[in-house]
Amino acid sequence: MRWQDWFHLVFSSVRYNPLKSLLTSLGIAIGITAVTLLTSLGEGVRGYVMDNFSQFGTRIIAVMPGKDDTSGMGGMLSSVRFLTLGDAYSLERLPHVDYMVANVQGSGPIKFGARSRNTEILGTTSSFQQAWDFPLASGQFLPVNRGQVSSAHAVLGQKVKQELFLAQNPLGKFVRIAGQRYRVIGVMQSKGSMLGFDLDDMVYIPADRALTLFNREGLMEIDVVFSAQTTSSKMAERIHEKLIERHGQEDFTLITQDEMLDSLDSILSLLTLGIGALGSISLLVGGVGIFTIMTTNIRERSAEIGLLRAIGTSRNQLLSLFLGEAMLLSFIGGLLGMLAAMAILLITSIFAPSFPISPNPIYLIAALLISGLIGLVSGIRPAWLASKMSPVHALRNE
Amino acid sequence: MIQVNQVNKTFQLGDQPVHALNNIQLKISPGEYLSIMGPSGSGKSTLLNMLGLLDIPDDGEYWLQGCDGLALDTVPMDEEVRARYRRDHIGFVFQSYHLIPRLTAAENIELPLVLAGIPPDERKERLQPIIQRLGLEQRAGHLPNQLSGGQRQRVAIGRATIMRPKLLLADEPTGNLDSHSGAEVIELLEELNNDGITLIIVTHDMDLGDRAKRKIRMVDGEIVLDKSREQEPS
Ligand SMILES: Nc1ncnc2c1ncn2[C@@H]1O[C@H](COP(=O)(O)OP(=O)(O)OP(=O)(O)O)[C@@H](O)[C@H]1O
Ligand SMILES: [Mg+2]
Repeated sequence: MRWQDWFHLVFSSVRYNPLKSLLTSLGIAIGITAVTLLTSLGEGVRGYVMDNFSQFGTRIIAVMPGKDDTSGMGGMLSSVRFLTLGDAYSLERLPHVDYMVANVQGSGPIKFGARSRNTEILGTTSSFQQAWDFPLASGQFLPVNRGQVSSAHAVLGQKVKQELFLAQNPLGKFVRIAGQRYRVIGVMQSKGSMLGFDLDDMVYIPADRALTLFNREGLMEIDVVFSAQTTSSKMAERIHEKLIERHGQEDFTLITQDEMLDSLDSILSLLTLGIGALGSISLLVGGVGIFTIMTTNIRERSAEIGLLRAIGTSRNQLLSLFLGEAMLLSFIGGLLGMLAAMAILLITSIFAPSFPISPNPIYLIAALLISGLIGLVSGIRPAWLASKMSPVHALRNE
Repeated sequence: MIQVNQVNKTFQLGDQPVHALNNIQLKISPGEYLSIMGPSGSGKSTLLNMLGLLDIPDDGEYWLQGCDGLALDTVPMDEEVRARYRRDHIGFVFQSYHLIPRLTAAENIELPLVLAGIPPDERKERLQPIIQRLGLEQRAGHLPNQLSGGQRQRVAIGRATIMRPKLLLADEPTGNLDSHSGAEVIELLEELNNDGITLIIVTHDMDLGDRAKRKIRMVDGEIVLDKSREQEPS
């Protein structure tokens, strides 16, 4: 049989009863829609998270106090030394360090006149602004610390400025942060939020003052941004040496950004795959639907099968015809499902443009291939039964 | 040439064995015109199906002459070989037409050509004269459910003969037709027989059966009468 004729025969039987064919492929359509949407969502979330994490570049090493893989809690509690500003400035002087940002974070009330607001308070160093490239709206960022206690200067996030000062110019004004008087020297431009964290609802003060304010002895994190002249591992090595030299033991943790991004990426990819697999359960249900319909089909069409055998259709031809039908039904389902998914994605992107969805063409093609495969698998047994029917028996069964 | 030797076929109906073919002995020469008659359940269809390689006898021999002139015992043949033999050498016409409902009259007729992988140009060449001969020029593009019974049976005859078989088997071909279209169908079949095809018709219709040059009567799976018109004193 020529393939064009094969296709014509397969197509004609699928087209003969359009409603039945459509209902048969509906299960697959729903399954493909589910898989496409779920994987797009997974990919979208992955892209969103990765973008957020990598927007500051990948040449970053974070130093955190404590070592979580030391054995036994007792040893850790007794000997942990805090990460001090002294540690931070010693790292800043290491070769190839572009920026060092020391962080200590808390929250508290900020007052101006009669207006008050609870915000995040970030104690940081003057390099913060250049390191992360946060643009200023007006004024200046925190000045470089000259070794003594920093002046009581504060920089406001855009939202804090708007809430407290409305249209007034805050520069040079005094605010009370957790009861202490600070002079406003700058205002940041709006930066939006990162991973649900509002970067505009934030006040920046010098790290040493924040430590006193929060009554803490150590920093929460020191971020080191290094130049392209060295590698992540070499830089980590130098930081490690320096801190061991200062602390006498390894009571800190280094996290390099590229390591973190790698493991984050693989976790999120796995997640996408996982929810895709979850969606394929509905594909399985669709496959069972095709199997059922094809099986009853073959019983209903036994007279036709008998006739085809009588006029000399070979078993392989019969097998290929019925397999072709199952695959075509499944493929139509896949196509419909994909169109439905695309329509839903399009509507979402129009009405909720920030929703993190990104359809991956690889997944779309995979979905279509899988639907064809499901048709093949679910069509095998019915088609096999058809090809095995004895011609007389099939003809008598009218 | 057809030679059937000592063929038996038994069916199990519940726990009752039915001897549908009982020691059948039959010899048919090329170009003969046979009718098979007999009461219902006497094994006429079973015999016809056996002759058409649709059914396999339990024992005995069934020799069929191939296109190379060599006779072959078909009983031990593989089912795929039988299917091929049916496609190339045997035409079937059934009481209930057995047309594919979603294919047009023309597509139904050319189905065996399609299965044999013959390209469209050649199919068209062979289809045209047959459609003309069947008087279906106006109906070639219609689906079976848009055709009358007589037209449907003519389509079935077209399908049975498009491969130019040597043997044409018809099981009650007029059973579902009124006498007028029945007569048309019979005339068509007889014309084909005149062209040299071996024609075997199973029928309940006495007049129709009498038109055949050789008449076989079956009762309870046995051939009880086998007479040729030539032997009759007319
Ligand atoms: N596949 C089968 N399974 C069981 N019994 C069968 C089968 N085919 C035929 N028979 C039996 O064999 C006998 C002969 O059947 P057959 O169909 O050949 O009769 P027939 O002469 O064609 O009858 P009719 O004139 O009614 O068509 C019947 O008793 C029938 O019940
Ligand atoms: Mg019968």
